[in-house]
Amino acid sequence: MFYLGSQKLRDPQQQDEDRTRQQEVTITDWQAHFAQLAKQTREKRLQAFYRAGVVDAQTPLKDVPLLALDVETTGLNPRKNSIVSLGMLPMTLNRIRCSEAKHWIVNPLSGLNNESVAIHGITHSAIKKAPDLEVVLDDLLETFRGHVLVVHHRGIERPFLDVAIKTRLGEGLQFPVIDTMELEARLHRQKALSWWKRLLGQKPASIRLADSRARYGLPWYRPHHALNDALATAELLQAQIAYRFSPDTPISELWV
Amino acid sequence: MEVEQLEVLDFLRRFPPFGDLPEEDLSHLASQVEVGYFKAGTQILELNQEIDALHVIRSGAVEVFRRNGDLYNRLSEGGFFGEFALLRNRRVRFPVTALEDTLVYFIPAEVFIQLFENNELFADAVEVEDRTRLRQAVSRREDANQLMTSRVIRLIGRDPVTLEQTASVRDAAIKMSEEKVSSLLITEPEKHDIVGIITDKDLRNRVVAEGLGYDTPVGSIMTPDPITIDAKQFVFEAMLEMLRHNRHHLPVVRYQKTLGVIALADIIRYESQNSLFVVSSIFRQQTVEELSNLAKEVKSSFVRMVNEDANSHMIGSAMAVIGRSFKQRLLELGEEKLGPPPVPYCFLALGSMARDEQSIVTDQDNAMILDNRFDPKQHDDYFLQLAQFVSDGLAACGYSYCTGGIMATNRKWRQPLSVWEKYFTDWIETPAPEALLNSSIFFDLDGVWGKEEWADKLNDLILRKTKRNPRFLACMARNALNRTPPLGFFKDFVMEKDGKHNNSINMKRRGTAPVADLIRVHALAVGSRSHNSFDRLQDIIAAQILPKGRGQDLRDALELIAMVRIRHQALALEEGQEPDNNVAPENLSDFERKNLKDAFQILSNAQKFLKFRYPL
Repeated sequence: MFYLGSQKLRDPQQQDEDRTRQQEVTITDWQAHFAQLAKQTREKRLQAFYRAGVVDAQTPLKDVPLLALDVETTGLNPRKNSIVSLGMLPMTLNRIRCSEAKHWIVNPLSGLNNESVAIHGITHSAIKKAPDLEVVLDDLLETFRGHVLVVHHRGIERPFLDVAIKTRLGEGLQFPVIDTMELEARLHRQKALSWWKRLLGQKPASIRLADSRARYGLPWYRPHHALNDALATAELLQAQIAYRFSPDTPISELWV
Repeated sequence: MEVEQLEVLDFLRRFPPFGDLPEEDLSHLASQVEVGYFKAGTQILELNQEIDALHVIRSGAVEVFRRNGDLYNRLSEGGFFGEFALLRNRRVRFPVTALEDTLVYFIPAEVFIQLFENNELFADAVEVEDRTRLRQAVSRREDANQLMTSRVIRLIGRDPVTLEQTASVRDAAIKMSEEKVSSLLITEPEKHDIVGIITDKDLRNRVVAEGLGYDTPVGSIMTPDPITIDAKQFVFEAMLEMLRHNRHHLPVVRYQKTLGVIALADIIRYESQNSLFVVSSIFRQQTVEELSNLAKEVKSSFVRMVNEDANSHMIGSAMAVIGRSFKQRLLELGEEKLGPPPVPYCFLALGSMARDEQSIVTDQDNAMILDNRFDPKQHDDYFLQLAQFVSDGLAACGYSYCTGGIMATNRKWRQPLSVWEKYFTDWIETPAPEALLNSSIFFDLDGVWGKEEWADKLNDLILRKTKRNPRFLACMARNALNRTPPLGFFKDFVMEKDGKHNNSINMKRRGTAPVADLIRVHALAVGSRSHNSFDRLQDIIAAQILPKGRGQDLRDALELIAMVRIRHQALALEEGQEPDNNVAPENLSDFERKNLKDAFQILSNAQKFLKFRYPL
């Protein structure tokens, strides 16, 4: 999870639109969309990924294979910046499985800048030894296959992976995600604060990962390590579902 | 692939028993964890449900229930549950509900079993028998305590230096200078039997100051039949012997053979144990005001002992010796001021001081036995003044007045031996719980000054009359059940049996006092002569009146409860606060909290047994 300044956070929707307009057509039936992508795609590995498919939109949450994901990047712009590390953990509504966790540090094509080093702590020397994303790509697609991804703020994970894969395979990658930040926004940003509340100086509730977690009694975790953040996001989703949804809620209500 | 789970790892490292695992095992453990979230109010484990993991609370809190629905325990961050079922048939026996929003780290059954089987420390720590866990905690503490584990023999640096009793004091002085020793053992001519001891202080006080000639034979100025100590006794015991008798040299014997002498200085060098200095300075002070200045040194010696990992028996004994010394010195000063007593008397210590279980927060419980020739009209004026002098002096030195009026200043507790005998006879032969309520303190009784043998006489009478007196024992037992431990505690409050919450536990009223009370009942029942609760327990265990193992459990529980109280007080002193007995659970370490819960459970069970053993 890249750190987002409060200025930028105030309107995540706006940012999404800037960067990922081409992808952000709301898809409700990912199964059908995957079938279509399988036909359109020529790259063999991506084709296989789409062929493996994804669950039906009516599948209850409790039966959906989920994969919590977080990437650390060198900056906020997927066209200029690159991925430095990825962390992911498979999960269900009941259990998050650390034993199947993956954590990769990869060599960013764009090079590191000192500002981002300060945030995620991955240094030049660590990167020097790291492979290109290409090397872990098969493993990544294998891990993603059949899963619905769980991220906090899809405006990072999806566009960065899309660009990174397009650079290497000539075609981008699309996949369904549950965005825990968007789930929080649904609750806290449904309507703008009334002028009255703004007059009283009330600020909208923060939907950043740590603040969202605190609302559900989840402990503070050290941020900006891809695996920690993926775990933090996975726990947040379990809490959100325990409080606001039912295990029988169809996945279509959550995924985007 | 094993991926490093930093958050999980850091968390587990903070809590026993996980934190004690080797780094490799801990890393592996963290990588195998599964995580799950439970909203407040949801059931985490149901009765008879199959269980597949040890549940460790990452955040939040849970309640554990008995089969019949009674609350059994509350656990918070770092607490774990499910080990019982995992080690048995994998069926849940204690259902668990989330009290707050709770995040659980699951340690899969196979990982848990593997650790349990390969790591002895880990197995000990999660062993389902709560009592065992406590035993481990206590014995590990004792291992860490040098004073308790070091034997006197380690302090002997050389063979004894001896001199025949016919030799002159001049010869003695020469020999001491040559051998660079501060004492000589004195033997009979041509024999090796030790008949006495002289120290360089004796040469000063008994020879030079008295103006005796250099040719005076040492036999005439020696201390005959010196108090000795066995080579296998602990350094700590040697120290107490010195304190008790105000001696600075003890011959060390083994199988009737004298191996050497240990001097106070040896012990000080070995363990810079300050309570010794405090005691010796008590006897040097000339006024009450000077004595009261020592109060801060008593406090710092208390803190030092706690920091040096002394156990509760040792600290309790040292504090009792210090308290006794204050009384003795005050009585000396009182007699100097008021003149010699008109009839003989004995000054008594009662309660924790008599049991050698004194803490730094204590009030003065004392009494006086007077000679049977005592005539109130003629003599009481003197004894009242003396009692008042001592009582005020003790108050000035930090021993607050007894709120229950159990002090020699109270006419009722300043009586001739015959009256005391009648008191005890009445208490024991026509017992009533109400009357005994305030008198149980008299059953821990020790002479500190004057005719100390009268205290022994009363103790004999108590033993004789109580041993086969079920009605008396039943009344004492009933009173011993008045004060109970809390049901449990939890993060920042204490759970009471009536469901109420309190912010803190009075560790004396709810802990050490009820343990001492119930031990006293058993001790009287088996005719134990000991006063100290640990010593009494030895006698009780030897008499086999408790179910197997329960006596040892109780000893561990007492040690733990007493140490939590003592550490709490030492901490307050170090922070410049007034120490008290009220411990807030949030100030306890997780380790202490966990073990304290076990200790209270043991106390609670022991109280149930007491009720059943001595029915009314």
